Order: sequence, then C-alpha cells, then structure tokens
Amino acid sequence: MTILTVEHMEARHGLLKAVRGVSFHVSQGEVVALVGANGAGKTTLLRAIAGAHPPSAGRVLFRGTDVSAIPAYRRAAMGIALVPEGRRLFPQMTVEDNLLLARATGRSGPWTMDRVMEAFPHLQARRKSKAAHLSGGEQQATAIGRALMANPEILLLDEVSLGLSPLAVERVYASLQSLMQSGATILLVEQDLKRALAVADRVMCMLEGTIVLEGPTKDITRDQVMAAYFGAEHGKKQRKAVQ
Amino acid sequence: MIWVNQIVQGLLLGGYYALIACGLSFMYGVMRIINIAHGSFAILAAFALWELSSRFAISPFAGLAAILPLLAMVGWILQRAVLDRSARGGTLVPILSTFGLAIMIDNLLFQQFGADTRSLAPYLDTLSYDSWSLTDDIYIGKLAAMIFAAAVVLLGGLQLFLGHTQLGRSIRATAADPDTVGLIGVNAKRVNAAAAAIAMVTVGVAGAFLAMRATFNPYAGPLQLIFAFEAAVIGGAGSLWGTLGGGIVLGVAQSIGAQIDPQGFLIAGHLVFFVVLFARLYAGNGGFAGAMRNLRRRLV
Repeated sequence: MTILTVEHMEARHGLLKAVRGVSFHVSQGEVVALVGANGAGKTTLLRAIAGAHPPSAGRVLFRGTDVSAIPAYRRAAMGIALVPEGRRLFPQMTVEDNLLLARATGRSGPWTMDRVMEAFPHLQARRKSKAAHLSGGEQQATAIGRALMANPEILLLDEVSLGLSPLAVERVYASLQSLMQSGATILLVEQDLKRALAVADRVMCMLEGTIVLEGPTKDITRDQVMAAYFGAEHGKKQRKAVQ
Repeated sequence: MIWVNQIVQGLLLGGYYALIACGLSFMYGVMRIINIAHGSFAILAAFALWELSSRFAISPFAGLAAILPLLAMVGWILQRAVLDRSARGGTLVPILSTFGLAIMIDNLLFQQFGADTRSLAPYLDTLSYDSWSLTDDIYIGKLAAMIFAAAVVLLGGLQLFLGHTQLGRSIRATAADPDTVGLIGVNAKRVNAAAAAIAMVTVGVAGAFLAMRATFNPYAGPLQLIFAFEAAVIGGAGSLWGTLGGGIVLGVAQSIGAQIDPQGFLIAGHLVFFVVLFARLYAGNGGFAGAMRNLRRRLV
C-alpha cells in the first residue's frame, strides 16, 4: 500500500530551482534511500514533504490525501515525521523535554519515552541534560527519538550520520536497523553510499534537482549509482580514477 | 534606620515593577516582540476596574477575577490580528503598530474618562493603609506585601508552567526555533497567541495593583512601560526570576534616590538602568571583569 506519493514536485531557493519535477512513491514498510551529491535537492525535497518548505509546483499525497496545502504541524499530526538536517533540537531544553514535545502531535502508539530509552540506551543517563550539552551522537539519537515519540507512519531522516564520529554513526544505525526490521516506513537521505545501499530496499539518486536513477537496491550496482551520483561523464572519470 | 526602611520599601516596590515587567519580558522572550502598548493596557485594566468599583460597587479583587479572562482574549486577538502579521514585516513593524495602539488606547481613555487622576484605594477598605510594624521605624504595608507576594507567585507560577506543562514546553520550543516546532506537531501561531494571552493576564494583575497602590490617569501608560522596560532590561530580558531581581533593583534604587533628594526618585532608577545597560554592552560575555577590560580599552 502506498503511503507517500510525490507528484511533479518543484521547489526553489530564491532564484535557484532546487527540485525540478520529482515524482515517486513510498509504500508501507519500505525503506527508501535518497542519495546524491551536495546541492542535489535532497534536503529541500524532504522539507517540502514535511511541509517545512513551500513547493512551487506539484503535489504531496499522504495515504491518498493531498496534503500540499496543509501546514507542517498538521502533517506531523497526520503521521509524517522529519528528523531535520543538523538535528534542530531545542538546545536549552532537556532531552526529556525535547522528546515530550512531540506529544503535541496528539498521536499515540508503541513509541513512548521508555521505548525510546530502550532503543537508544545511552540516552538514559542523559535524560535530564540539556540538549546543548550532549555529544553529536546523543543529539542525533534525541532527534530521532523525538520524531519517533510522534509515532509516525513515515519517518523522513535527513543525513543522520552528518558530523558524527564513526562509532556514533554505528550506534545510530544499529538502533535504526531494529526500527527498520519492525516494519517502519522510512525515507532517508544518506551521503554514505555503501551504508544507504546496505539498509535500503530501494534507492533513488538525485542529480541537480531530478531523480536520475531509481530501483531496488538488489538490482542496482554501486557503479550505476556512482554514475548517477556525479552525472554520467563525471561518473566515468570517477571510475577511472578509482581504477 | 531610615535607610533600612527605604531599602525595605524599595524591595516591596520592586514587587510591583516585577509584575509590570513580567508580561513585557515574557512576550519579548517568547516572540521577540516589544509591546509598546504594554503600559497602556495596564491603565486600560485599571480603568475597567475603577469603572466596576465606582459604578457597580464591585470590589477590585472580584473585578480583577472578572476581567482577567477578557484580557486573555484581548491578548489572543492582539497576537493573531496585529502582532503576528506585523512581526512578518520585520522587527520594527510590531514596535510601530503597538506604538500606534498605545496612542489609541491612551486617547480613547482620555476621551472617555477625562484627565482626572483616579485610584482604586477608596474601594479597598482599610487595606490601602493597613500595615505591620517591624520596628518603631519600619512599617510594612499589607497591600505592598500582597503585591510582592503576588509577583513571586506569578513569576514562580509562570516558571513552573513553562517547565512542566505541554503548553509551557511548546512556548519555550517556539521561542527557540519557531520553524522546527511545526515538524513535531506544534502550531506556532496558536502557541504565540496563548503566550500573548498569558502576558495580557499579567498586565491586568499589574494594572490592578498599580491602581490600588497609587493613582493613575489616561496618560499614565507610557511611564509604566518605562518602568517595565527598565526592570526587564536590568533583570535580563526574557528571564523570569531575573525580572523579579530587576524589579527589586529598580525599586530599591528609586527609594534610595528619593531619600537622597525628593526629586531623585526617577533619576536614581534611570541611572541604575543606564549603568546596567552600559555594563552589558561593554561586558559582552566576560561579566564584570570583561566590562572593565573593554572600558579601559575604549578609554585608554
């Protein structure tokens, strides 16, 4: 069953067209990775789906309902949760308060404070700490936990490994792995190709605002993604350079 | 002993300043809006209570309980209809629009009630002059003590509310990052309207106590705004306990100034305000030592 459909989406940053006519869908229980170079439009696309960036054209359908005109806070209440790039925690508030804020969505379900602490055990000791005093990995765990507290139907993850130590990335992904196995629907942006291909069922590659490659990860080779990632010409050079 | 008395009286006066500053500081802390009509709204509340007392013989306290929900509604509407829209035009527009609002309120009050000076004291029975004597020289007015207690309760209550309720958390989060709260289901516009309603309730309480402890007239709003502004800045705008401290510093400074010279009341308050303001400008993040260092660098 399709949860999310994006139709002919276009979005701008001032004069720059960041997203140029993107269409795709995400089905229930699917983990879809969105990859692409910096500036390819991935973050803008995710923000437009969550309602945090106004698209200049196109539609977003959530469970068949057009949500294009619905503000972000109501999309969150419907079950779309974005873990934004750079985490965007409330730095002067405690971990607990950051997590409890998601109750504003009015959604209940399996994810409670205790479940989040189980999923990210290293947060337990930091519950009363201000978000500003956490390490990058702890902050990312809090940001993901905050999104989960809203018991979302689809989780949008924007570069959850950005700026984290390799160990912290491992930890975050270990927690995400069990989340993915529990049947969660996830659309994630990830710079690390290898990791994206390892966790996702399907991969989409963006280049200069459009999706240039899409398919199940099992049918797509790393070379194909590399070619799409940098554009065909760049891809050849890149491969030569690797050889 | 006379100085001790002045300090005690200044401390109690500071309770009133904390009350009037509380809403201003709260709105600035949450919405980054400076409401220039703040003092005028306090006077508006004072006139509403005076009207209820003089015309319908309703006690000011009962009257206050009646008008607080109305003031909350006024705050909500003010935010949704004026402040929210004007804030989109930059930081200057809300200042201009609330300035215009202040002029409107002041002059409408003048047209309705004339220039007469009024007070709620006659409607308070003996409360307006009852006092406890600590020593032979030091008396504590019951009303002044009540105002101080109200300030502590109101500021403490707000602090608890911000820390431990879902709306309080939403208000703090919206203050920190209004764009991100939407992603976790918080309607920032509604949260800001709720915050403005709360601020307006505190304005009502402050206006009531001003009218009980002193006199007021239609043009008394701007002076109350200045006191509120001074107390808020001395205490660190946006911080609630700081506001209480700022109110007390201002009250004590004014009382001591009045003791030195009868004309020194306002001047001493302004002086402390400027000293704190300049110390802040010079200190940056370095505290007192940083202020001295920067000052020396600037002068030498």
